[in-house]
Amino acid sequence: MTRLRAAWRVASIPVYSILLALLVAAVVIIVSSTFTATGFDPLLPLAAYLRLLIGAFGSPSGISNTLVAAAPLMFGGLAVGLGLKAGLFNIGVAGQFLVGAFASAVVGASLAGAPMLVGMPLAVLAGALAGAAYGFIPGFLKARTGAHEVVTTIMLNNAATLLLTWAVNDLVRAPGFTFPRTAAVGESALPVLIGRNLHLGVVLAVVAIFVVRWVLDRTTLGFEIRTVGLNPEAARYAGMRPVFITALTMTLSGLLAGLAGSIQMLGVIGFYAPGITASVGFDSIAVALLGRSDPIGILFAALLFGAFRAGAPLMQIETSVPIEVIDIIQALVILFLAADLIVRRLFRVRAAKPEIAELQTVTKTWGGTTPSTTPGGGD
Amino acid sequence: MDLLAIPRLVFEFAVYLLTVLPDLLPIILALATPLALGALCGVLNERSGVVNIGIEGMMLMSAFFGYLTGFALHQTVGSAVAIWLGIAVAVGVGALLGLLHAWLSVSVRADQIIAGTMMNIAALGVTGYLNRLIITPSGRGGAGVIPPFRIPPELADLPVVGPILAMFLDQGPIAMSVIVFVLVLQFGLFRTRWGLRTRAVGEHPKAADTLGIDVFRQRYLNVILGGALAGLAGAFLTLESTGSFQNGMTGGRGFIALAAMIFGRWTPVGSFLGALLFGTATAFGVVVSVRPAEGDLGVILRSIPTFWYAALPYLLTVVILAGVVGRSVPPAADGVPYAKEGKA
Repeated sequence: MTRLRAAWRVASIPVYSILLALLVAAVVIIVSSTFTATGFDPLLPLAAYLRLLIGAFGSPSGISNTLVAAAPLMFGGLAVGLGLKAGLFNIGVAGQFLVGAFASAVVGASLAGAPMLVGMPLAVLAGALAGAAYGFIPGFLKARTGAHEVVTTIMLNNAATLLLTWAVNDLVRAPGFTFPRTAAVGESALPVLIGRNLHLGVVLAVVAIFVVRWVLDRTTLGFEIRTVGLNPEAARYAGMRPVFITALTMTLSGLLAGLAGSIQMLGVIGFYAPGITASVGFDSIAVALLGRSDPIGILFAALLFGAFRAGAPLMQIETSVPIEVIDIIQALVILFLAADLIVRRLFRVRAAKPEIAELQTVTKTWGGTTPSTTPGGGD
Repeated sequence: MDLLAIPRLVFEFAVYLLTVLPDLLPIILALATPLALGALCGVLNERSGVVNIGIEGMMLMSAFFGYLTGFALHQTVGSAVAIWLGIAVAVGVGALLGLLHAWLSVSVRADQIIAGTMMNIAALGVTGYLNRLIITPSGRGGAGVIPPFRIPPELADLPVVGPILAMFLDQGPIAMSVIVFVLVLQFGLFRTRWGLRTRAVGEHPKAADTLGIDVFRQRYLNVILGGALAGLAGAFLTLESTGSFQNGMTGGRGFIALAAMIFGRWTPVGSFLGALLFGTATAFGVVVSVRPAEGDLGVILRSIPTFWYAALPYLLTVVILAGVVGRSVPPAADGVPYAKEGKA
C-alpha cells in the first residue's frame, strides 16, 4: 500500500496532465468539427479516442504495432532523459535518429547477403556510433565554447536532413528505383520474433531502459552525470569534470538516439529514403518529460505515445480527425507538466514537488556559459 | 598545384562575389526579413530577462493563421483587403502567443526552454491539424501575396547604385519595414525610458523592483511585443514571400534568428547584421547555381552539391555560436524567473 502511494506521488501530476491534455484536445476536436463537411459533432472526440484505443490495443496486431512504435520512443526518451539528468536539453534526437538510421541502412545493405549474426549486429553498431558522433559535436561545442545545445542541435537536425538527402542522391543511391533510396538491408534486418512485425528491437529497447537505469543509479558515471546536472559548480569542487561529463553525456545521448534510428531502420523501414519520418524527435522530448527523466517512467510514457502513434491511422480513416491531433495532445501534456501549477490547483495535488531539478540548469546555461561557469542569476 | 593556387582561388572567389553582387543584393533582404524580425523578437524577450526558443512556433502559427484569414476572406472582400487582414491576424496571433509565453515564464515561472519547446510542438500540431482539416480538402488557393514595390528601371539599371537601391526598395512592405523596426528598437532600447527599464529588469530585476519598476509588467510588455514581431515574420512567409502554406514551412528560421541575435550581441542593429549574414549565405546557395563561376573556381564551386549550399546557413549558425558566444555576454538575469521576496 505504501509503495503504491509513493508511486502515485510521483505519477499523479503526469497522469493528471495526460487527462487534462485529452480533455482540451477534445474541445479542439469539437470546435474544429464545425469547419468540416460533417458539421458540428460534440461526440466526435469520443469516437476518435475510441478508434485510437481500438487501433492501439484492440487486436494482437494492434498491440504489436503499439510495441513496435514504442521501441524507438524508449531509446529516444532515454536519450533526452539522460541529457536532462546532466542539465542538457538534447533537441537533436531527430538528427541523431536520421544519422543512425542512415548508417544502419548503409552498413546493413552492404552486408545484406552476409549471415544475419554478422550483418545485423554490425549494422546496429554502425547506427549507434553514428548517432554518438553526431551527439558528440554539440556536446563538445557546449563543453568547450558554451554554444547552447538547444540551438546547435536544431541546426544539426536541419543539416542532417539536407546532407543525408544529398548522400542518398549522390553517394549510395541504389540502382533500379524511380526515387533515391538505399538498397534493402536484407539479412541484416532485425528478426521478427512474434506475429507480423514484433522485432528484436523492442527487446533491445526494454533492455536499454534497465541498462540506463543501472548506469544512473549504480555507477560512478551515473552519479557524476546527476551531480553535474544538479550543480556543476559543486561537481567541480568535488573533483568531477563537468566539461568532460557534458561532452560524454551528449555523446551517450546521441548513441541512444542513433539506436532509435537503427532499430527503426532495421526492424521496420528496411531502406533509407529522404523524408523518412523523424517524428521520433519531438515525441522523445514529450516521452522524457512525461517520464520525469526516469527510465521506468520513460518506459510507460513511450508505451503511451507508441499507442497514440499506432492507433492514430485508424482514427484518421474512420473519423477523419487528423493525425496531427497527437502532436496537439503532446504539446498540451508538456504545457501542463511545465505549468504544473495549473494541475496542482485543479486537482488539489499536495504531493511533494516532483519537479525535475536538473531542468533549471537547462535554461541557466543559456547564452553561452560552459558548464563549469554557471552564471549567478539575477542577484 | 603551384604555391599560388590557394591565394589565386581566394582572389577569384572575391572577384566572383563582386560580379554576382547585383544578383545577390536584391534577394538578401527578403531572405533576411523573417530572421531579422525573429531576432528582434529575441532581443525584446532576452533584454527583459525572458528566454524564448518558441519564436519558430510563433512564426509558424502566425504564418498559418494569416494565410487562413486570406484564404477564407479573399473571395468576399477581395485579395488586397484579405491580405492586409491576414497580416493583422498574424500579428495578433503572435502577440497572443507572446502573452502565453509571458504568462508561463513570468507568472507561472515554468522552465522557459520547456515552454518554448511546447510552443514549437503545439505550432506543428495545430497548423498541421487545421491544414489537413480545412485547407487541403478545399483544393483552393490563398489570397496571394502583397505586390512588392518596383523602382523605375532607369534607377535599377544604374551601375553601382542600382542594385543597392533595389536591395532596399525593390521589396514588399514587410521587408522594408524591418529597417524601420531595427532603427526604432535600437533607439528605443538605448535612448528611452522604456529601454532603460527593459534593460534594468533583464540585468538586475531586484534593483529595478526596488526602484519601483514593475518587473512583471515590463516583461509581459516586451514578450508580447516580441510575439507581435514574430507574427509579422510569419505573415511575411505566407503573405509576402510565398503566397502558400506548407507544414513546418518555417524550417528552423526561428532558431537561426536566435543565432543572429546572439551574433548581434543582443542589439537590434547587430541582430539585423547577423540576419543579413545568414540571408547572404542562403542567397549565395541560390546564386551559385544560377550564375556559375568560371575557371578552376567554377569547377570547385560546381563540385559542391546544392544540398551543401542549402545546409550552409545551418552549419554557419553552429560555427558562429561556437566562435562568438564565448565572447558575448547575455543579459545577466536572462532566463531567471523573478520572484518578489516573501512571495516565492
